[in-house]
Amino acid sequence: MANNINLKIDGVDVQVEEGRTILDAARAINVHIPTLCYHEDLCVAGNCRVCVVEVTGARALVASCAMPVSEGMEVETNTLKVRSARKNIIELLLSEHNADCTNCYKNKQCELQDLASEYKTSGEQLYMDLVPLKNYTIDDFSPSIIKDDSKCIRCQRCVRTCEELQHVSALGVAYKGDKMKISTFFENSMFDVVCTNCGQCINRCPTGSLIERNYVDEVWDAIYDEKKHVVVQTAPATRVALGEDLGLEPGQVVTGKMVSALKRVGFDSVLDTDFTADLTIMEEGTELLTRLKKALVDKDPTAKLPMATSCSPGWIKFIEHTFPEYLDNLSTCKSPQQMFGALAKTYYAQKRGIDPENIVSVSIMPCVAKKFEADRPEMRSSGYKDVDYVLTTREMARMIRQAGLDFNALPEDSYDSIMGESSGAAVIFGATGGVMEAALRTAYEIVTGREVPFENLNITPVRGMDGVKEVTVKIEGTLPDWSFLEGAELKTVTAHGLTNAKLVMEKVKSGEADYHFIEIMACPGGCIGGGGQPIPTNMEIRKKRTEAIYMEDAGKPIRKSHENPEVVAIYKEFLGEPCGHKSHELLHTHYKARHRY
Amino acid sequence: MTYKKLKRIDLIFHEDCDCSQVLEKTFRKSNDEIINDILESGLKGRGGAGFPTGLKWKFTAEQPSGDRFVICNADEGEPGTFKDREILFKVPSKVFSGMAVCAKVIGAKKGYIYLRGEYRFLLPQLTKALDVFHKEIKDLLDFEIIIQMGSGAYICGEESALFESMEGKRGEPRNKPPYPTVAGFMNKPTVINNVETLVYAFMICKHGPTRFKELGTSDSRGSKVFSVSGDTPIAGIYELELGMSLDHFVEEFGDGDTKAVQVGGAAGFCVPRKKFKDTIIGFEGVPTGGSMKVFNSSRSMYNVLHNYLEFFEEESCGQCTPCRVGCQQLIKGIEAVKKGEQKAAYLDQLMKLSETMKLASKCGLGQSVANSFSSIVDNFREEMIY
Repeated sequence: MANNINLKIDGVDVQVEEGRTILDAARAINVHIPTLCYHEDLCVAGNCRVCVVEVTGARALVASCAMPVSEGMEVETNTLKVRSARKNIIELLLSEHNADCTNCYKNKQCELQDLASEYKTSGEQLYMDLVPLKNYTIDDFSPSIIKDDSKCIRCQRCVRTCEELQHVSALGVAYKGDKMKISTFFENSMFDVVCTNCGQCINRCPTGSLIERNYVDEVWDAIYDEKKHVVVQTAPATRVALGEDLGLEPGQVVTGKMVSALKRVGFDSVLDTDFTADLTIMEEGTELLTRLKKALVDKDPTAKLPMATSCSPGWIKFIEHTFPEYLDNLSTCKSPQQMFGALAKTYYAQKRGIDPENIVSVSIMPCVAKKFEADRPEMRSSGYKDVDYVLTTREMARMIRQAGLDFNALPEDSYDSIMGESSGAAVIFGATGGVMEAALRTAYEIVTGREVPFENLNITPVRGMDGVKEVTVKIEGTLPDWSFLEGAELKTVTAHGLTNAKLVMEKVKSGEADYHFIEIMACPGGCIGGGGQPIPTNMEIRKKRTEAIYMEDAGKPIRKSHENPEVVAIYKEFLGEPCGHKSHELLHTHYKARHRY
Repeated sequence: MTYKKLKRIDLIFHEDCDCSQVLEKTFRKSNDEIINDILESGLKGRGGAGFPTGLKWKFTAEQPSGDRFVICNADEGEPGTFKDREILFKVPSKVFSGMAVCAKVIGAKKGYIYLRGEYRFLLPQLTKALDVFHKEIKDLLDFEIIIQMGSGAYICGEESALFESMEGKRGEPRNKPPYPTVAGFMNKPTVINNVETLVYAFMICKHGPTRFKELGTSDSRGSKVFSVSGDTPIAGIYELELGMSLDHFVEEFGDGDTKAVQVGGAAGFCVPRKKFKDTIIGFEGVPTGGSMKVFNSSRSMYNVLHNYLEFFEEESCGQCTPCRVGCQQLIKGIEAVKKGEQKAAYLDQLMKLSETMKLASKCGLGQSVANSFSSIVDNFREEMIY
């Protein structure tokens, strides 16, 4: 138990734990101190200096985010000195910033703009405009992320995100003094470096310096095009976060309203990525059992274990760059988005009698790496680009606002058919541990003929925010076909955030761990914390979204992927069997090694 | 206030000294006795900031056991300062010995010399001297000194940026606290002292604190090595007693036409002629890491300031807003005033800006830009405008 420290902030007594900062203490008593470089998820940088306060006895002002409290400390947050410094600092930031607000994608969603509106009173710029003197560049080569240096305030949140949360360090600081900037290895485009397109930097960028490449206008054009049949799929995690961008509190399940809104926006068919999430479980579960059989019974060295999930495109690009020797360990299954795309222009087109040429396939994702994934050359197995446009949750919210809809007042609607039905196992794909849980619910039952031995099918050990979750499931009472697994202990590990992914892979590499099955999601908390989700993000918000996901699962009549009637139907009518010939053609893929530098 | 006359001292350079003998004698004392000697002497850091050396050692020694380091800051980057180079060139073993005393006191097994990138030419002879030194102290102390090269960034002379640089990272100052005495290099308790400080610490061990204490004033004990440059007929390195008045200094070193002296380099203060008499060189007056730059009436103080600001604009690490953008605004600002693009009153706005930089910058670099800026603009305002 940490000691408590007593201090005074603006004359008010406050008590906080030892080791906390002045900022923590101020927040505890609702004293608002503005911040820019500070972010709950990241280590303290103390470089923007917007949060400076006066501490009695200190020679200079101190950054409240970086200064630990001490007994008897007296802090003033609103003195002449503080106000003057803060105003000057905001003016300095603005003088270096391309304040082209009305043209900016982040207009009205910008922390610098908020500060300016709070502190600017004179109507004119205090200091000279430095923007024309700088050779600011915009890097828009990536299909996922656009980096505009002219909007950058050098808070280094992105740098810390990339290094601490993701261990990728695609972004770093280059040069010094007036030339200091956030850049990449050899100042290459984000498209050409180790960037995984996870978009976590976007979620934490206070300005419009890092944004997703948006396809809002392209999608509107497709909707307005009479000849086009526009289908949209919505990823599991979007339904528990969309509300945040439309005036609701975090943690609200808005599935029905979202479907309703998308229909009103004008999509011809509103379908669910959850359907292909269930399909993924059928394919990936079968693949895992096949690999286990090959490895354990046939001793086939080509059957690589552990097998790792392949749903997260950020993770895929990470392993391609960082552990290319383990590409064969990845499941060959496409992600649910890409399975959906391939089926939309084949199975769906056939069933609905629409020329796939005229289908525009749109996906709504909590993710920006999905934009890159949809652009991969492998993702054209329908003969067309399987997914034409990927929109983030944020872009969808923007479209809903543009359409003039009062989101909260919309009635609940349900997904269209076909490819709109899903189980609870599919929706939990949105949270870390979800794919693992869904796979276990199905695989265990295939092998034993019985339900997985957890209360209400809730495999709680794989849930939650621990970075790495190792869970062993003992298999007993197998059916005759799977007797080779009798008594076996299936060793699984679940990790989220690429820093944790790296820890897991290093354990695999060193031989320290002998897992059978690995679930990795690139983003903290899994897709609910994805790079395309509403901003801001923090642990509290991610936990609320996660709770909502499990609530959605618990409320579903069908909880297991193999019981989804549309999944049963598609195997009967179209695919044949899991991992069969047609599946391989449409639903599976391959990966490529990429350079680290 | 009493002003001392200028007095040359000869403690550092010209005294023959068998370092290992002095070390042997010193090591017979307890650590507490050594720390007390240093405290008693009144020695303050010679890099410019002037933190009491004995306290630094004491705080570090008091840390819970574990690895600790002594680091000699030889990243002498302040414009107009070149005394550490001379010390390392002429009496390196005294530097090593100072580090050894510190190592003994704080319990460090390893010491580092962070050598300024531009001083690479010293490396071969320093390495040689170090080999000799290591042999000499082999039986006295389990202590090894490693020379680590800097790469030419001014900011890496700031102690926490120096640690970052040594750890292979980008040289950016850290948040303080924690201070180096608690978490320095590799987050271990670390004493980081300027080259000259370590030599004086060693000389105090040799002569006892009294000899040192007798020199200087109550706030500025001892003598100091000065780097004298600019419009002076006798530029060079001089060991002088602290506490002299600038008047006496200019009498000795000026060329008869001295208009101002920049005390403490680009990060220091500009003192105009009219204040020479009332300016004392020391911690109670204008402190200096050693740089004394003399300007005569042929010099444009606008150019002097412009030059300093160019330096800071480039050498700021760029991480914190007041320093990175403030430096750019100050230089663009004085240019605009000079060209008549901004009214003279804009200088007042810039003065406010420099005050913000002093109060709100993350490290000493940004905080001290205001020193030269405000002292030059205040005293030579007309030169900024016309």
